[in-house]
Formats: sequence, structure tokens, C-alpha cells
Amino acid sequence: MNRIHKKLQEDKKLLSIYFTAGYPELNDTVTVIEKLQENGVDMIEIGLPFSDPLADGPTIQASSTEALHNGMTTDVLFNQIKDIRKTVDIPLIVMGYFNPMFQYGVEKFCAKCAEIGIDGIIMPDLPLAEYQEEYKAIFKKYNLSNIFLITPQTSDERIRQIDEASDAFIYMVSSASTTGAKSGFGNEQEDYFERIASMNLKNPQIVGFGISNSDTFTAATAKSKGAIIGSAFIKTLTEKGIDGISHFIRSIR
Amino acid sequence: MKYNANEKGYYGQFGGAFIPEMLYPNVEELRQNYLKIMAKPDFKNEFDQLLKDYVGRPTPLYFAERLSAKYNTKVYLKREDLCHTGAHKVNNTIGQILMAKHLGKNRIIAETGAGQHGVATATVCALMGIECVVYMGEIDIARQAPNVARMKMLGAEVRPALSGSRTLKDATNEAIRDWINNPVDTHYIIGSVVGPHPYPDMVARFQSVISDEIKWQLKEKEGRENPDYVIACVGGGSNAAGAYYHFLDETDVNIIAVEAAGKGIHSGESAATSALGKVGIIHGSKTLLMQTPDGQITEPYSISAGLDYPGVGPMHAHLFDSRRAEFISVTDDDAMTFGLELSQLEGIIPAIETSHAFAVLDQKKFKEDDIVVINLSGRGDKDLNTYIDYFKL
Repeated sequence: MNRIHKKLQEDKKLLSIYFTAGYPELNDTVTVIEKLQENGVDMIEIGLPFSDPLADGPTIQASSTEALHNGMTTDVLFNQIKDIRKTVDIPLIVMGYFNPMFQYGVEKFCAKCAEIGIDGIIMPDLPLAEYQEEYKAIFKKYNLSNIFLITPQTSDERIRQIDEASDAFIYMVSSASTTGAKSGFGNEQEDYFERIASMNLKNPQIVGFGISNSDTFTAATAKSKGAIIGSAFIKTLTEKGIDGISHFIRSIR
Repeated sequence: MKYNANEKGYYGQFGGAFIPEMLYPNVEELRQNYLKIMAKPDFKNEFDQLLKDYVGRPTPLYFAERLSAKYNTKVYLKREDLCHTGAHKVNNTIGQILMAKHLGKNRIIAETGAGQHGVATATVCALMGIECVVYMGEIDIARQAPNVARMKMLGAEVRPALSGSRTLKDATNEAIRDWINNPVDTHYIIGSVVGPHPYPDMVARFQSVISDEIKWQLKEKEGRENPDYVIACVGGGSNAAGAYYHFLDETDVNIIAVEAAGKGIHSGESAATSALGKVGIIHGSKTLLMQTPDGQITEPYSISAGLDYPGVGPMHAHLFDSRRAEFISVTDDDAMTFGLELSQLEGIIPAIETSHAFAVLDQKKFKEDDIVVINLSGRGDKDLNTYIDYFKL
């Protein structure tokens, strides 16, 4: 059991925040993590920036470009957060694209995550089949939960497969979109949330994409375990910097 | 040895479909249906008919007498430059627009670098009366104004890619993002043998008409189907895939792939992926690509906009890795020199991409009775400004 599993057992709706490591300034990574914990965030996705983030809209793209420009690399990130477990005890997940992980070496990457105290990994472009055939054993060896995404277009059959392959939570993408593209939910999302809730999956679901404030957080978590905010948080960092974190998080719930 | 994709879309260790879940339903729908659709008689008939009457196929296999005399070997040119729209690209867009119709899609997106694939896509969308959006890097839009105008005349919307380096790689990212945001009604016409499975295999199959024709045309002219050499330039690699396709398992045929060295392989301004690339993931495919040690994809350089892609298709990565193909890189200067030579020896002004392939005649020694087929993938009209600037014409 890792920190994600324990957190999921708490009787509350979880607020998870995504941010891009090395943004707005290279050495803000640890400060952002600590401030998020201070303000009551339940879980954090640390974004490892990539040059070609296919699933991301303009906000996260821009923060990734800026972070890379600031000098962020996989080694720099691991070095920045090497002592993070001395001050932070909420679950930490590394989220990024597969190529930087692949270049680092999948096993070496996982070993480093385990050494630091990372609990899970989200690699949207590492597909289910590839993971199961090539990398599952490595993730297990280092007790890292691999988090899969589902979307409104994902078939029930595939959702069952993903549920079977998951051991923490399912990242439920709220609509067919890149990150930060939409805000708010319509009937289509309500139906989708209802459909997934009625499937009685073994893993809880945490909703991401399209959540930016208190209203959307409440709507997203009505039938799920929690919600993830990314682009809206990055916008806050862009506009208000580190000092804006507290107000933003407290405005959500 | 097998050089085509297996059922999972792998060429040796290269290929696959490294896509976010948002793309999975679309890519999976295509994967499950593309071979079935391509095998349908009405699909085949319409494809063949359009290639004949609309594209102008078969394109000639032309014996280049003066070029042959100069290099003391037998050089044949496969005249893809004579295809409608000026390059081989249209073979694929005809195939994919029919595929989109069979899949019930009513909106087309595409990426383009120099604009050739964008024009070929806009052309077939006009032909079929289907909405067309082409993503093109902001920098390329400025560099390739005539092709932007052509796409607009053909009724396509050209959307600038404003992210990253604002060239082909970023236009591809934007097209993929569009597809994520429009998962039901849209088909993405990828222009090369790149992207997630089944794209590399599907595009190679649509382009394989090139080597299919070479075989029977050479039989007519030389009494044998197989040349000694097939030479093609490789950016993503679609013209090369088409020219090699039916020769991949014919071990008596030597395959030569020509990459753009730009200002020199070690100049820092190059697109020679086989020399500079490492295994990685780009646009959903595991292949050779140019990247930093940290796995960030780098921006290639070539004087020809069609060759400055930071990866190669997974088929080509496998041909390189298995040594089935010989990879040769050619600098900007050599490409320009041999483009001019072809113009003056044969009266054919090639696209600068294609010009790279002709430098091989000088770099490599061929025997007098060797039959060397060069795929003349496109014509040079679109490159006149570059030729004018370079030669101060």
C-alpha cells in the first residue's frame, strides 16, 4: 500500500493539483509542492515538461516550454525533489510524456521515483498494452501505481480492462479535449459521470480536464472520488506567482 | 527478415501506437477497418480510377539518357513529379479521403510543412466536397506563401501552428490536438509514413503503387522487374516507402535512402536522422528521432522544408537498423548542385527534396550495366524562390 491508496480511503472528496515542474521559475518546484500541501491539497501531479505535449492545450504547453527554457530536465527535477519526503507527506505523482522517461531508462526512472518517495506515474502516451507487456513488472517492483486515463469515448469493455490493470485510481478525462480547452460541464458530462459511476469499478475515479473553480470541482466530484485541476492552477501561477497559490486553493473548497 | 509492419504495427523494434487514450477510439477504429476497407472491390475500383483519371497514373518510368551517360550507368526516373499537384503526396490523400468516406467522417484535418501534403489534402477535399482544415507552422506559412494561397483557393482553412518551433513538427502536434478535440466526425490525413499504427502501414500501402508500377514498367523496358538500386529521399519517408515497398523482400535490389544533411551532419543544422537520431517516441510512433539526451525533441534543419522532420517513419528506422537499406546523407549545397544538373541534363526541375537523391549518383560508384531507379518524388515549381535565392538567378 502506498500513500495514494491510503489517501483514497479517506472519507472526503480529493483535490489534486497538477503543475509543471520548473515553472514559473526553475527552482520553484519544491516551494509549489510545499505550499500546495500547506493549503490542504490532497495529492499532487508533478509535471515533467516535454517539448511536444500532444494532449495539452495552450496553457500547459506554454508552461512546459517555459520550464524547459528555464533549464528543467529529468535529472534536475529528481535532484530538486530528492528530500521532498522530509517536508511533504501527501501522495506525489509524476506526470509527463513517455519519451523523456524512455530516454532516462524506464527502470532507472522508476527506481529514482521510489528512492525519492514518488507514489505513482501518469504517462498519457504509454498505452495500456505496451505497459502490460513491457513495463508493468518494473512499476510493480518499485511499488509505483500507474494511472490510466479514460474519456467519454472509451468503450465499456476497455474501461473494464483499464480498471483491471489499475491499482489506485482511474483518471477520468471529463470531455474529449486537450487540457484547459473547456470549462464547465454539460448534459453530456453528466451522462458520462453517471455511466461510469454505475459501472461499479474496483478503482475510484478522479476527474480531470475542465475543472477550474469551486462549482466545477463540486460538479466533477458529485459522483467521483475527486478532481484534478491543472490549467487553471497554472494560470494562477502565471498571473499571481507563488503568492497566488493559497487564495486559489482555498477558493476551490 | 520481414520489412513490413506486423499486426501490432511494429517494424522490428520500431512502430506501435504510443497515443494518449483520447486518440485511442479513432486510431483503433482505423486499425480495425483499414485493411478491410482497402480490400473492398468498390474501394479499390474508385482508388484505381482516381489514380488513373485524376492523378494521371501510371507515371512514366523514364530512361534518363544524358544522366546515364554522365555517370556511366543506367538511370531510370520514376516520374512522380508528373502527378496532379506536383508530387507523390496525392497518392496517399486520394486513398485516405476514400478511407474517410468509408468510415463515415465528414471533416478532414492535415498537417503540412512545405505545403505539398496540405495542397494534396485540400485538393482531394475539394474533389469530394468535404470540409478541410490544414495546420501549418507559422514560420512555414510565411516561407511557403504560394502553397498557402493554393490551399485557400481549394477551399481549405489554413490554421497557423503557433506552438513550439512553429514548423512541421508543431503543425503535426496541432493536428493531433484537433483530433483529440473532435473525436467523432473527423479523419486525420497524415502525410507521411509516420504517426501511430496503422498510419505508417496504411500510407505505405497507398504509396506502394509507385513500386508496383516500377516493376511492370521495368519488365517492359529491360525484361526484368527488379532494378539493382532503388534510390529515394527520406524525410518522414512516404515517397521512399512507396518506391521500396515491392522490393523490400527482393534481396537482389539494393535500397538507398537519402537524408538531408543540411549544412553538414555535425554542423548542428541537419536533418540526418539516421546519423543523429536515437530511439524514441514521436507523434505516437517508436522510431529514430533527433532529441536531446533528456528526451526533448529537437528542431532539424534542411534547405528543403519537406525533409526537415526530426524523425523518420518506423519502416525506415527498421531498414536502417537491419541494414536492409543504405542511408546516405546529402548537404544543402550538394542537393542544389544536383538539382541544377538534372535541370540542365534532362530538362526536369526537381523539388529540392528530390534533388538530394540525385547527389548519390556522384557519391556512389555504379557499374555500367547497373539499373538504378531514382524516385523523382516531386517537381521544383514550389522551390523556385529557393533556387532563385541560392543561384542568384
